Amino acid sequence: MTYQLDFTSLGAYWPQFLAGALTTLQFTLYATALGLVIGIVGAIARGSHVGWLRLVAGIYVEVVRNTPFLIQIFFLFFGLASLGLRMPIFVAAVLAMVINVGAYSTEIVRAGIESVHPSQIEAAESLGLSRFQIYRDIILKPALERVYPSLTSQFTLMMLMSSVTSQVSAEELTGAANNIQSVTFRSMETYLIVGLLYLLLTLLLKAGFWGLGQVLFPRRRRLGTVL
Amino acid sequence: MSVAVKLEDVHKSFGAVEVLKGVSFEVAPGEVVAIIGRSGSGKSTALRCINRLEKVQSGVIEVCERQVNDAKLDLRALRQDVGIVFQSYNLFPHLTIAENIMLAPRRVKHITRAAGRALALEKLAQVGLEEKIDAYPEQLSGGQQQRVAIARSLAMSPRVMLFDEVTSALDPHLTGEVLRVMETLAKGGMTMIVVTHEMGFARRAADRVIYMHMGTVWESGSADILTNPQTPELQDFLANEL
Ligand SMILES: Nc1ncnc2c1ncn2[C@@H]1O[C@H](COP(=O)(O)OP(=O)(O)O)[C@@H](O)[C@H]1O
Ligand SMILES: [Mg+2]
Repeated sequence: MTYQLDFTSLGAYWPQFLAGALTTLQFTLYATALGLVIGIVGAIARGSHVGWLRLVAGIYVEVVRNTPFLIQIFFLFFGLASLGLRMPIFVAAVLAMVINVGAYSTEIVRAGIESVHPSQIEAAESLGLSRFQIYRDIILKPALERVYPSLTSQFTLMMLMSSVTSQVSAEELTGAANNIQSVTFRSMETYLIVGLLYLLLTLLLKAGFWGLGQVLFPRRRRLGTVL
Repeated sequence: MSVAVKLEDVHKSFGAVEVLKGVSFEVAPGEVVAIIGRSGSGKSTALRCINRLEKVQSGVIEVCERQVNDAKLDLRALRQDVGIVFQSYNLFPHLTIAENIMLAPRRVKHITRAAGRALALEKLAQVGLEEKIDAYPEQLSGGQQQRVAIARSLAMSPRVMLFDEVTSALDPHLTGEVLRVMETLAKGGMTMIVVTHEMGFARRAADRVIYMHMGTVWESGSADILTNPQTPELQDFLANEL
């Protein structure tokens, strides 16, 4: 049983591959930015003194982390549509990613916040800082520095999981590949190329996160140690 | 200001356990008071009540003409008047030494970054660590970190400084460098309340010594009580310390 790889018929489709890859990257950047915001807000809510805030954030995290991503997308896209709430595919896909990665980020950021020793907060209080200043400068900043590696691998994982949005016909990389292989019948070659493109995207993303970390965390840049 | 700090019949409990059982003492401006006593006698708690890291159940605490127990107390203003240095330094690990020192002056007094750095340099000179201004806390020895913690407190120009066993976590040879900084500060006229196990420091630098025992001021007086204790409990304590 021999199979001759033949990429010639795929050459014409490189703009579609490229467009798919760019869409995947776009999805990921939106999901990362908004997911980080949700993660921070969610982590603050989970540690809040206000009971119902803690409860709402807790339910959100548990529901999202204990249901499949595919079902979350179907619910957003088809479920809400049957209630009359229709949204463009792009919006539904990004929203599903944000909701999903936001829940995981909430837990990661919360772990970072809990790692800040109470004596740090006492020292800051004793210096006369306000509660908001303490939260921002003494709790959140070192917490984010500490969990930055976990956060960025969660966002990278989200990019790979975004291939699932092709199930609601999002035209990201996997969606593009599905279309291409259905007209060229070159599935093996198509998914080989797509796999390589995902690999490239992952490397690109990792490099980006690394660079951002160098800018955001001068301590890590200078000492190379974890906080 | 005739008194810098005054405690009058202060009671403090954690749950059902009464830790301070009617503590009273006064500290005059410029005075250096050493508080000594066994572990668990309530020294840290008394200190922490002074800048209201702990709330008391009853009694009067007055600091720089402020009623610390008053519901209308401006807590952040109190904390500007009172600096505290802890046994465990508590420097902010994600900030450089300069940033550690200028954070509060910048946030609370709204000085510029340049002025903050100049202030950090000035305070570091006071504790002999100018060359560490751009280092991070983890790059410093324990003694150096504690001197930075003192500089960080001084940068807010407090009127009273509290020290809670600031050399207890240090090797003997690092203890000396911290104690020297504190002695210089004492000679410079700073009002200081120093919880310490360093009897040598108490003898050299303290105007007055307070011996706490079981949540009360058991004995107090000039540093002479360290050589001439009046109560058997203090005699016993001193015999065990040396
Ligand atoms: N936050 C707290 N909760 C409960 N008990 C405490 C707390 N802080 C101190 N204590 C208790 O109060 C007593 C006095 O403690 P402390 O003031 O730290 O004594 P010292 O500083 O003289 O060693 C101890 O028995 C200690 O266990
Ligand atoms: Mg203590």
